[in-house]
Amino acid sequence: MGKTVSEHTVPYVQVLDENGKVTDKELLPNLTDDQLREMMKRMVFTRILDQRAIKLTRQGRLGFYAPVAGQEASMIGSEFATDKEDFVVPGYRDLPQCVYHGYPLYKLFLYSRGHQEGGRVPEDVNVMMPQIIIGAQIVQTAGIALGYKLKGEKHIAITYTGDGGTSQGDFYEGMNFAGAYKAPAVFFVQNNQYAISVPREKQTAAETLAQKAIAAGIPGVQVDGMDILGVYAAVKQAVDRARAGEGPTLIEAVTFRYGPHTMSGDDPTRYRTKETEATWEKRDPLVRFRTYLTEKGLWSDDEEQQVIEAAKDTINEALKQADNAEKMKVEDLIDAMFEEPTTALKRQRAEITGEGAN
Amino acid sequence: MAQMTMIQAITHALDLELARDEKVLLFGEDVGNNGGVFRATEGLQKKYGEDRVFDTPLAESGIIGLANGLAVQGFRPVPEIQFFGFVFEAFDQIASQIARLRYRSGGRFHAPVTIRSPFGGGVRTPELHSDSLEGLFLQSPGVKVVIPSTPYDAKGLLLSAIRDNDPVIFLEHMRLYRSFRQEVPEEEYTIPLGKANVVREGKDVTIVTYGAMVGVSQKAADQWAKDKGLQAEVIDLRTISPIDIETITASIEKTGRAIVVQEAQRSAGAGAEIVAQINENAIFHLEAPVLRVSPPDTVYPFGLIEDEWLPTQQAVLAALNKVVSL
Ligand SMILES: Cc1ncc(C[n+]2csc(CCOP(=O)(O)OP(=O)(O)O)c2C)c(N)n1
Repeated sequence: MGKTVSEHTVPYVQVLDENGKVTDKELLPNLTDDQLREMMKRMVFTRILDQRAIKLTRQGRLGFYAPVAGQEASMIGSEFATDKEDFVVPGYRDLPQCVYHGYPLYKLFLYSRGHQEGGRVPEDVNVMMPQIIIGAQIVQTAGIALGYKLKGEKHIAITYTGDGGTSQGDFYEGMNFAGAYKAPAVFFVQNNQYAISVPREKQTAAETLAQKAIAAGIPGVQVDGMDILGVYAAVKQAVDRARAGEGPTLIEAVTFRYGPHTMSGDDPTRYRTKETEATWEKRDPLVRFRTYLTEKGLWSDDEEQQVIEAAKDTINEALKQADNAEKMKVEDLIDAMFEEPTTALKRQRAEITGEGAN
Repeated sequence: MAQMTMIQAITHALDLELARDEKVLLFGEDVGNNGGVFRATEGLQKKYGEDRVFDTPLAESGIIGLANGLAVQGFRPVPEIQFFGFVFEAFDQIASQIARLRYRSGGRFHAPVTIRSPFGGGVRTPELHSDSLEGLFLQSPGVKVVIPSTPYDAKGLLLSAIRDNDPVIFLEHMRLYRSFRQEVPEEEYTIPLGKANVVREGKDVTIVTYGAMVGVSQKAADQWAKDKGLQAEVIDLRTISPIDIETITASIEKTGRAIVVQEAQRSAGAGAEIVAQINENAIFHLEAPVLRVSPPDTVYPFGLIEDEWLPTQQAVLAALNKVVSL
């Protein structure tokens, strides 16, 4: 063997253990009591939203939906570490981050139903519509982050993918570009153990997903993805680094998806056991954080009940708004193709509407 | 004989080929233990083991590149692209690598690869899952493109595709997977690639079509016969690359008129190619221009508006009426 030219480690971050006890005081983030309670509220809202969305999908009132229960700490904790001006570039499962970054809930319902209006993000909201093509968001994030750098703005871009997504070429390309340009990006991988049916061990021979950062020359961190304070701490550090011009970070959050992959016919009993599910449910992010907050006198059952009721109202309101959206027409699709329709499109439009081609 | 849906016929064909030829390998995202998201490979990993039927990491370019390499090693890979909307990720490996392997190596290597994929629309998948991207591969020399419209054809064509020594893209319309059953023989049979099938005889207009539009066109033709007493001949191409222009020409010699029905967007696809070939081969038999029935040139629409966007029986009827009035 020759000499060693390079050695690397992957740090592991955890702040609260499974019983809600602080394991690492040094990492305990500097958050106000209100902020801590807000985090809990958002996780509770997300759990309720998930339950409701699953029911609505079964009733045919929503279209595409990918359940999120189990991943609340990863989703909420990571978004909480960003500012409104930062860009969130989500995958199909990352609706809670979108909601808290300003994407109106009713539009996400429309998106689920397959309505064009669902993708029209308000002008002042820095969120991309959820990405379906796995990996595409990673390279795009390198560009969005580089854009902030070129414009001299101190904002960052955070993007999400799953364990499976880290196998795509685009994943490496995005990290590598961002590393080469020192673009202010955070690549957040939610390792929920399965890409549809394929377990993480079959996805890659790598010991951790975080170590994939090493090839791109950027820091990689693994965090307990069911510990919201750990997630927040890891992401906050990455965001601060990025804002300070020190470049991108890859974060692997180790978590679990309780439900099926999506509501379109996936059956998790085909690829995992009840015991596996039970093991992960013991680490539940809501239970853990509830214990922590309750012991600090910051949370109560009453408060939780209020949050649940309010969540139900909010969801009903958004559904009503979605129901009232204008019906789509094929002409709308044609008009959305170019700023100026081509001659062919004008003719095709006329065929459909029965109006003249001019 | 057994009654089978198209998906059952496909599983059955894969099973037969895995048993017949140990060089046949099946792989793709979720095709192993899970049996594929549509269950097309259900039970096959159990039966043939993880060396023959296996899950891949989530990377389409990797899947097709792997197939290329395995082909060089003498295997007959049958990779699956989970939804054809994701084929863009693998486009380089298909169009610039697999499709050119024989040519670039002067015949030293070839790629007996059958790329299976669900495609087409009308089943409310999330965006970017449904699409008719077959036309892209007509512009990619070196690959054949096969699209069955019935369970019987699916089995016979798939066996031919896997046994073909060149790359074949085998597209399975999602709406046809479970929409009807048909008698499918248990034993082996093949249907030649590149040969069209006249599924309805007629003397007044030729309808050239493929995939899910075969059924729509047949229904329109039946309705037309009832309404107008006119008979449309319906040609199911089965293979759109290469196109069986002989069968089309023979039909037009009889009818003198034609329409082309496709589920893909209008411009520059299979329909355009068919019209061009009709021009080159049968123009003197035509009594009217060849008309096209298709959706407009937009991206595949979001779920709520699929039904209005996709070609309907009414649209085919309107084209039939128009082409006889010209
Ligand atoms: C390019 C591409 N290939 C395949 C798919 C189909 N698909 C959707 S989700 C999925 C698994 C994703 O797993 P992972 O990245 O671990 O994320 P998770 O769904 O677990 O959040 C697959 C294969 C897709 N959407 N895009």
